[in-house]
Amino acid sequence: MHDSGLSISSHLPAFQIAVPLLSAVICVLIRKARAAWLLATTVAWAAFAGACVLLNRVILHGTISYEQGGWTPPWGIELRIDLFNALVLIIVTGICAVVISASLTSLSMEVPEKKHNLFYAAFLLCMTGLAGMTITGDVFNIFVFLEISSLSSYALISQGATRRALTSSIQYLVMGTIGGTLLLLGIGMLYMVTGTLNIVDMADQLAMVGPNRTVLVALACVTVGTSIKLAVFPLHIWLPNAYTYAPAIVTAFLAATATKVAFYVLARFIFSIFGVELAFEQLHLDRVLMPLAIVAMFAGSIVAIYQTDIKRMLAYSSVAQIGYMLLGLSMASVTGLTGGIVHLFNHALMKSGLFLVMACVLYRVGSTHIDAMRGLGKRMPFTMAAFVIAGLSMIGVPLTVGFVSKWYLVSAAMESGQWPVAVLILLSSLLAVVYIWRVVEVAYFQEAPEDAPEVKKAPIGLLVPVWTLVFAIIFFGIFTSLSAGVAGDAARMLLGAGS
Amino acid sequence: MNVSTAIGLAVIWPLFGGILVLLLRKRPNLREAASLTTAATQFILIATTILPVVRSGGRPVLDIVEILPGLSLSFEVEPLGMLFALVASGLWIVTTLYSIGYMRGHHEKNQTRFYFFFALAITGAVGVSFAGNVFTLFVFYEAITLSTFPLVTHHGTEEAKKAGRMYLGILIGTSIAFLFLAMVWTYVVAGTTDFRSGGILAGKLSDGNLMLLLALYAFGTGKAALMPFHRWLPAAMVAPTPVSALLHAVAVVKAGVFTIMKVSVYIFGPDLLTSTGASTWLIWVAAATIIIAGCIAIQKDNLKARLAYSTISQLSYIVLGAALATQWGIMGGSMHIVMHAFGKITLFFCAGAILVGAHKSEVSQMDGLGRKMPFTFLAFLIGSLSIIGLPPMGGSWSKWFLMLGAADAGQLMMIGVLMVGSLLSIAYLMPVVARGFFRPAPIEDSSHGEEEAHGEGEGGIREAPFFCVLPPVLTAIGCIILFFSAQGIYELLSGIG
Repeated sequence: MHDSGLSISSHLPAFQIAVPLLSAVICVLIRKARAAWLLATTVAWAAFAGACVLLNRVILHGTISYEQGGWTPPWGIELRIDLFNALVLIIVTGICAVVISASLTSLSMEVPEKKHNLFYAAFLLCMTGLAGMTITGDVFNIFVFLEISSLSSYALISQGATRRALTSSIQYLVMGTIGGTLLLLGIGMLYMVTGTLNIVDMADQLAMVGPNRTVLVALACVTVGTSIKLAVFPLHIWLPNAYTYAPAIVTAFLAATATKVAFYVLARFIFSIFGVELAFEQLHLDRVLMPLAIVAMFAGSIVAIYQTDIKRMLAYSSVAQIGYMLLGLSMASVTGLTGGIVHLFNHALMKSGLFLVMACVLYRVGSTHIDAMRGLGKRMPFTMAAFVIAGLSMIGVPLTVGFVSKWYLVSAAMESGQWPVAVLILLSSLLAVVYIWRVVEVAYFQEAPEDAPEVKKAPIGLLVPVWTLVFAIIFFGIFTSLSAGVAGDAARMLLGAGS
Repeated sequence: MNVSTAIGLAVIWPLFGGILVLLLRKRPNLREAASLTTAATQFILIATTILPVVRSGGRPVLDIVEILPGLSLSFEVEPLGMLFALVASGLWIVTTLYSIGYMRGHHEKNQTRFYFFFALAITGAVGVSFAGNVFTLFVFYEAITLSTFPLVTHHGTEEAKKAGRMYLGILIGTSIAFLFLAMVWTYVVAGTTDFRSGGILAGKLSDGNLMLLLALYAFGTGKAALMPFHRWLPAAMVAPTPVSALLHAVAVVKAGVFTIMKVSVYIFGPDLLTSTGASTWLIWVAAATIIIAGCIAIQKDNLKARLAYSTISQLSYIVLGAALATQWGIMGGSMHIVMHAFGKITLFFCAGAILVGAHKSEVSQMDGLGRKMPFTFLAFLIGSLSIIGLPPMGGSWSKWFLMLGAADAGQLMMIGVLMVGSLLSIAYLMPVVARGFFRPAPIEDSSHGEEEAHGEGEGGIREAPFFCVLPPVLTAIGCIILFFSAQGIYELLSGIG
């Protein structure tokens, strides 16, 4: 129905990149904080709507291939949208839209108003980069968009209120650049071997060439490079600082999108380009990734338990949750990969919800230290209720998204007879009980200190986005055809393409 | 009304009641009236629409939503669940009456929150009892844990916080680490988690794995308080007494043993369990829990702690019945869910009445109290006799069937264990009554009870407020009625399987 000829809607994939990019420029020119926010919010929601249309189209009509400038691939640059990246695109644009809606209120506390338009410009650039990485069908473009998103995210992180934001940003910059460089090296070697940059074409060529040393080194470079951006243990050291000292809004955005897109890129390279046989049967990537994933699940959670700053605690929890995603990927089975992808989706909702709660707390109390949570259960009831629900989802309580992820991961481990892994997944989720409940106890059982200033309920401009995510956490915990259903089809597609 | 609609309504009805409670928070009398009305209508709803269908052999079904392929939120009412739902919702009425007397008499704070989460817990209990598969059961099982947490920590003290940690730690911990695993394993092996007659696991697992899976279920159900995962129950006694009465003698713990019973009947199937011997080890664990918990109960001076260990001991009777997996074992175990509920709730009501009326919580302080609080202590006596299993109290039937079940299964040792268990319960319950009626009251007593200021001296009757005394009397009468009307329960339960 939408596909009548070359109507505007057939250019929708290109709009996903072009519109935010141009809007970022306009944001720089506008100079008015409110107008820039309005533009950025509109663009983000429009991008989200576009992503929904695209996913629907992929479900109905199959993979979309968009030829940029009318040049046919493999010579022209292709935007290629299948079930997998359509789902990731929804997460990127959706979270961006929700978070940016909340930023009008939250940002005023942390960033001076005259810089707001630049902030929104960087925000939109970051989204452009992430969306571009997600939907491009060209490996070199992945690198280009990775750099766009990375550079803008360094700028965003450096906007944090304390000066430590600057060092965190530089730390991330150094790590991120190493990661990007490794990725570029890998891509270069692949280009050398195959003579193409188009993902589909490259996969075909590689299958003909067969594995040689260059290909193996390329695989190693790509894996390590993306693992840095993905914050795979032990390459995660940039993450806690960056998440802790960035403005709360930025953390909520990056935690839900940047690492997720990195996961997507890793999965895309492994399954769509190198193929399961090369990566898992010849090179045994799972023997590296699975132990790292499991160590991350435990180390991240255990370290999270001992944090006194809740933003930092959630950051370490992210390291652990990335472990779950990687675990699903490393099992290389349909159920396992489904678990990894669905956890990508689910964790984005939970973690951005939790970080937005921290944005509320920061806005009203001025700190995210655990002592600042005292008595908040009574003083900010809706905010803390959101924390409890999102926290329960982290634990994996049924009827929340966390349960769905755990279900897939545990059943994948059991299907492949990896008993200890199944047990370890569940044991590590007990650690989540500890770090989440620690906050709940302080918020609900400790009275606010006597000299504490009066705390009002969180402003509506923050509460609505928070509760939108909480609603999504419950909704997708019950109706899983969009999240788990699509993830399952995507996993079948990825594994089918690889063999 | 359509039976399916009635099932859905029965599950969410208490939730509506809870919301009503929140709305009426400014007007305590109306708020309690809302609780009471919800409880009463809930019971009537279940008894008049669903019970007749189940009694005539029907298994009404309600499918809500399929969450993952083969994993749906759905209800199916069978006799065992029917019985549990009736007990939970019926005793909720009495407990609400009691709560009014207790919470006001004891000047508790945050009463709105109390009634709200109480209603939520009942939704959980009814959801567990009507669950059509393990997944649905798991959902409501966790809902019970979470909704009772604010009740356990009601006082907000350091002690309550510690108890809350233990409560949540053990209940959530075991359910995530073991029960979740068991559920996924069942799903992976059988492709479904539906409760079906005769079980769904026959021929799917080796004997050793069956045993392991049963262990995951039995220990994963922390609410059944099987040793060594029983410590949360005594800890939960810091909660206000109505919570201990309905939740930690009926709804929460029975949800636990109900789960084990239901899993052994409808997931494993009695035939599979008896033919493979997969549950033999569970018989011994249950037996050990019966005896050890009974011994600990004797040593506890705090009445509520004593009752808590008694509950742990008595719960294992039900687990024992499930593990025996013979027709009589299952009958006895299931019946004990009802009989113990009435007996134990009576005892807790009395313990609370003694606390409110005489400000006594230790058994050693209760000398001579029986003459001041004759109704309370009489009710306590009747409840005790039912727990011990003497006629003419309901408890005698369930023990009788359990004995038959043990004999049937050739577990003669278990007959001995059941007898020792009963002797132990005499030893920890009777002293309370004996002290109350036969020992003289200590002299210094008259300084207590400033609020009441009866001034009738040593010999006068000084019961707790009316709403604290009426409920235990009612449930005590219930214990006696159950003895004479066990036929109805027997017929209902005959439909199990």
